[in-house]
This record gives sequence, C-alpha cells and structure tokens, in this order.
Amino acid sequence: MAFSSISILALIAFFIFAQGVPLIWRVGPASFLLGERWFPSHGSFGILPMIVGSFWVTLGALIVGVPLGVACAVFLCELTPPSVSLVFRPTIQLLAAIPSVIYGFWGLIVLVPLIRNNLGGPGLSVLAGSLVLGIMILPTIISISEDALHALPRTFKEGALSLGATHWQTIWRVLLPAARSGIVASVILGMGRAVGETMAMIMILGNAAQMPRSILDSARTLTTNIGIEMGYATGDHRQALFATGVVLFFIIMGLNTLAIVISRRRRA
Amino acid sequence: MISRYTSQRVGKGVVWVAAFSTLAVMIWILLQVLVEGLPLLNLDFFMDSPRQMGRTGGIFSTIIGTLALTAVAIVIATPLGVGTAVYLREYTRESRVSRIIRFGTDCLAGVPSIIFGLFGFVFFVILLRMGWSILSGGLTLAAMILPTIICTAEEAIKAIPYSYREVSFALGGTRWQTVAKVILPNAMPGIFTGVLLGVGRSVGETAAIILTAGSSLLIPTSLFSPTRTMSVHFYILAREGISMEMAYATGAALILMILGINTLANWLLWRYFRKVGG
Amino acid sequence: MPEKAKIVLEHFHFYYGADMALKDVNLQIPPRQIFAILGPARSGKTTLLKSLNRLTDLIFGTNHTGHIFLDHQEIYDSQISLPELRRRVGMVFDLPTPLPQSVFENVAYGPRLKGIAQKRRLEEIVEKALRAAVLWEEVKDRVSSSALRLSGGQQQRLCIARVLALEPEVIMLDEPCSGLDPISTASIERSLTELKEKYTVILVPHNIQQASRVADRVGFFLSGELVEEGPVDQIFTRPKDKRTEDYISGKFG
Repeated sequence: MAFSSISILALIAFFIFAQGVPLIWRVGPASFLLGERWFPSHGSFGILPMIVGSFWVTLGALIVGVPLGVACAVFLCELTPPSVSLVFRPTIQLLAAIPSVIYGFWGLIVLVPLIRNNLGGPGLSVLAGSLVLGIMILPTIISISEDALHALPRTFKEGALSLGATHWQTIWRVLLPAARSGIVASVILGMGRAVGETMAMIMILGNAAQMPRSILDSARTLTTNIGIEMGYATGDHRQALFATGVVLFFIIMGLNTLAIVISRRRRA
Repeated sequence: MISRYTSQRVGKGVVWVAAFSTLAVMIWILLQVLVEGLPLLNLDFFMDSPRQMGRTGGIFSTIIGTLALTAVAIVIATPLGVGTAVYLREYTRESRVSRIIRFGTDCLAGVPSIIFGLFGFVFFVILLRMGWSILSGGLTLAAMILPTIICTAEEAIKAIPYSYREVSFALGGTRWQTVAKVILPNAMPGIFTGVLLGVGRSVGETAAIILTAGSSLLIPTSLFSPTRTMSVHFYILAREGISMEMAYATGAALILMILGINTLANWLLWRYFRKVGG
Repeated sequence: MPEKAKIVLEHFHFYYGADMALKDVNLQIPPRQIFAILGPARSGKTTLLKSLNRLTDLIFGTNHTGHIFLDHQEIYDSQISLPELRRRVGMVFDLPTPLPQSVFENVAYGPRLKGIAQKRRLEEIVEKALRAAVLWEEVKDRVSSSALRLSGGQQQRLCIARVLALEPEVIMLDEPCSGLDPISTASIERSLTELKEKYTVILVPHNIQQASRVADRVGFFLSGELVEEGPVDQIFTRPKDKRTEDYISGKFG
C-alpha cells in the first residue's frame, strides 16, 4: 500500500510510453521532434512548433512571474510586519487554489481584446499566454522564495546592518544572494507548473499549429496539443498525442528531479 | 553616483509597486467573474439542470457530477495516502526504500493534469473498460491528490511528540495499537486539512476530467455514468461561446465553492495549531 | 540474599551502534525493595532501565550481549511477548507525559490495550490505581477533564497511576521528581515507600539525598559500569570503592 505512489507513477509512465513510443519510432524521433508540420490527417507528426510554443510561453511566464514573485516575497518578508504576512499567506494559498480555467477565462475576456486592440494580431497570442501563466505561477514562486528568505539566519541581516548598510542594500546584496538556491528551486517548480498548464493555455493561445514568429502570434504548447485534439483523435493521430505526452513527461521529470536535487542540497 | 538612500527608495518603491500590482491583478481576476456572475446566482440556478447545451437552465447536474467525482477521489486517496504516511513514519526508518517512496510521491505531485488525463483515459476508460464515467474520473483524481494527502498526513504525524509513542509502548502497546489509538486520533486535524485541500484540487480540476469522465449533461445515475463537473461546464461554455452569462454564473459558483473549502481548511489549521501550541 | 532475586543481569553489555553504553553489568535486584541507581550524567542509568523492559528495542541500531532474567526467564528470548513484558515491568519517565486525553482515559489506556473494555471494571481499576498513586482524592471530581490541566506533580503521579493500572511486578522510575516542587517530591517519595510493599521498585533518584531517603539498596554506576552495589547504609557510610566514596561525598557529579 505504501508503494502506491511509486506504482502509480510507474503505471503512468508505462502506459503513456506504451502508446506513444511506437509512433515516435515509426515516424522517426528526429522527424517527430524537429518536424515543423503537424497535419495529422496527412500523417505529418512534427511537434517542433509545440515545443517552441511551450518554450516561449514558459520563458515569458518566468520573465513576468519571477521578478514579481521574488519582489512580493521580499515585500512579505522584509517590508511588512509579521501580522500582515500572516494574513497574506492563506490568501496566496487561496489564489493558488483558483482553477486554471478561471485564469484562462479572465485572460480571454480581458487580456486578449486588450492585446488585439492595442498591439494588433489576433489577441490570442503568446503574449497573452505568458502574462496569464506568469500570474498563475506567482503563488509558487512567492511562497517558496518567502520560505527561503525566512530561513536565513538573523545574523546575516543584523551583521550587514551593523556594518552600516541600508535596509535595501542588505536585501539586495546579502539576503537575496543568500536565498539564491531557494529562489532557484521556486523558479524550477514554477517552470514545471508552467510547462504543465493546459486549460488556460487552450483558452487564450489561439491554438495555431504553427511556429510562432512573434509574441503576438497564436501558438500551441505540448499540453494544448493534447488537450484540443484528444477528444476526436483516433488511430495514429491518437498515438501521436500520447507521443507528445511522452516528450512532456520527460521534460517534467527532468525539471522535477532538478528541483528535488536542489532542495535536497539546500537542506544538507 | 546615486546615493544609497536614493537607491533604497527606488528599490523599496519598486517592491511596493510589484506587491500591490500583484494583489490588484489577483483581485481583478476574481472580481471579473464574481461581479458579473454573483447576481445571476439564485436557488433555481443550483437546482435546475442545464438546458439547450447550457444556454439556459442551471447547473444542478454538474454540481452532482462535481460532488460524485470528488467523493470517489477522496474515498480512495485518503486511506491510501494516510496508510503510506503511517508506513513511512511509523513502520520504517529513513532508508533507501523510504527515500524512493518519497521521491515517487514528489514526482507524482509534479505530473501535469493532462498526463493524468491521458493515463486515466488509456487505463481506466479503455483498458479496464470503465468507459467515460465517474469511476474513471474519480480514480484518476485520486491519483492526482494522493501526493497532497501523503504530504499533509506525514506532517501531521511528524508533529506528534515522540513521548506519546514511548508511553504507549511502555504501557504494553503493540505498534498497531499505538498507531490506531495515539497517532491517528492526534493526527486527525492535520489529515482532515489535507483531505480538504484534496477536495479543493478536485473541484478545480478540468483537463484530466474531460478525458476520463466525459461531458454528459445528464444527471449521473451510477458510478459508470459519464458526467460533467462545474469546472468542465464552465470551460465548455466559455470556449464554445455558448453563453457568456451562464459562464459567468458557473464561474462565480465555482469560485465560491473553492473559496469556501479553502477558508474552511485554513480555519481548521489555525484552530489546530492554536490547540497544540497552547 | 534471603529471597530469590526478581531481576538478574549477567555479563550484560549494551551498545548504541558502536558505542558501548553498558559494560559487563552483573546485578541482582531483590523483590519488594527500593533499588536506587546512582551515578553522574551519561553513566548509563536510563539505558539500564530501558533495557529491563526492552524499550531500547524501539531505537534502531542497538545491540546487547549477556542476559537479563526476570523471575529466571530470559527477557531477550524470542518467545517473549513484548507487550506482556512491558506490562510486568512498568516505567515512569523523567518528564510527566500525560496523553492528551482525560485523566480517566490516561489511566485506562493500558488496561484497554490489554483488552479490558467493560466500563465497570475499568472504573474499578482506575480508582484503585489513582488511590495507590496518592492522586485519587485530588482528582476524583474531575476524572473526565483533560489530564493536561493537572499540575506537574499531579501529572507525574498520574503517570505512576497509569503504570499501576496494569498491576506490574516491577516499577521503574527515571528521575521521577525532576522539575517538581518539594511538596510534590515529598508526596511521590511517600507513595514510593508504600509501593514497595507490593512491587519491586527501581529508582533513578534525582540526587544522592533522595536515594538516602527512600532506597533500601543502592547501585553506583560510572561510565556504563556497575562500580559497586549494596545496602543503602553500607554504600553511604562504608563504600568499598574509592570512586563510590568520591561520588557520594560530592567530589564529582
């Protein structure tokens, strides 16, 4: 019974791979991973556009989410009295619990028209996706970075201040660098969440199975590729979607392992 | 050269702006749905089932679907999760085996919901022939919330003082008796909070459910019936553009439910720590 | 020794991993007396106690050689039932550790584990144990209230009552009065003197004076070795070993 989590993980890997790997083999790994054409009805199964889409959207999410998140963590940890952060913590947890479809909805109703009217393009774009995804990973980044800052020994701060540093200098030059590994862990976990997000991305990315050339272009990610077409795919097409899942699985496992290794090293 | 006091003012200013804009955006997102959706909520909305593919009517069948799926997930994941936590903390010491189990649990926690959906589809729906059903969806959900339950249960068990165990053994208790009479009753509040968090996650889950529970608008009649949950309904309404009004209303109901569950969980945690600390 | 010994240790060595905590202990503990174990910190006193009811089994990586006999039965024999052993050889720890339940439930915990479920019977057992621990008069009106609300001294007597509820043969107390005020200490010492009429008592006293007040026999331990043991008068007035004499006279602690 205790091995349930391991067995489930193994089962998941097994079945996804069992469905997906044969297709990758048949089509050829190079052609699958680097092919630019995704036309299932014609037997073309290249997922490079989706890989690129995932990459850009995730990068954008990090550009938005990490500075904001770390800033909020600094805010909660250093610039407010403990009573305020006591209220903030459950609030952040609450926001983390909001379903992704709600975020996607807001993106659809508010961001997409905003982008379309002011910056051009269809609105359903990488930009919209990055912004929303960035907001969605904020709770992860904030809570873990805040933990990292809180875990620092008081002597760091006291030492710096007693040497004549201003509060800000202490934060910028002493505390943040010291909390670096915790912040990095939070970034990696945030990346994991970003790469794995599906519903919100389906709603606002536009889902064009083509290489995005600018941030105003529509795109697809590995996840949305599966989410959109799984409902009606059959045969090879379906297997190709599982194959997309295989690639996704590898990326996530890689990120996860990285995060676990880093956090273990922190604790040691 | 900028004086360090100026750079402090700038730095802190940036942080304040960041914090408040984050808060502002979060509130905006919630209010967006609540402001339009709350006025539309009334008893009829909850008691009536969707009609005309959701263009009119209420969300009754989806509420049933949500409750049913969550119930199945909790019933399966809780014993499994608590059992794993008890095993990790009470029956073994830190060893290769326990490290592997923990690694597996951590990894499972990071698997995206769409992958769970794919797995649930090929394993429960197709292989085990459960079809698109509450059972398929519930089992998939159970796998998704298992890491959460294991984690919170472990924390709850860890918090119990070692002396309680020593006393129980010294009075002639077996390991099982100690677990059943001392560990579990005292860990219950923490475990319950974990269960509530799992409930919250189940209610908000969409991707995995679409692929395993289907999207039927009919009130489910058995564990093998397909069903639609509130979050799936919300997604379909919004994406297919069926009815923005209904989407707002459903979204508001969804947010309320999740806020309620999370507030309950946080309140319980707060009460529990006050009792233990005091 | 007039009566046969209750507990006998023969060439008993005890190890925490590679560290030897008890070295070649040979000891006979007579029944129905108070046996005090003296020694400075880290001399193995608690380890000795916990070996006698195999609570040391709970710690990983421990090892022993030699024998311990309870009524001529080797306690490390694989046929021994551990719960049964621990009911016969009860232990009171140095810090009061009431379970977070009512007074009644705390005392009834052990009997319940044994399988006694009848309410009447449990009530009898609880009252008898609380009386024997000299706690009944103080708590008889609030037996259902939380044990955490009792004072330190009362909690410690509750722990004694918990052990008594199982009708043990041996009661071990590890510095039972540490952290208690003089009045509670005196009442516990009084109960010990009453208890020895029925039970074999092994006591790690809080200080040397406590041993001289209540003990019948004394064993002096130093760095895991039993240096000397004998009747309390002899140990205090005519110790055979210089180390014992130094400790008793306070040259080291």
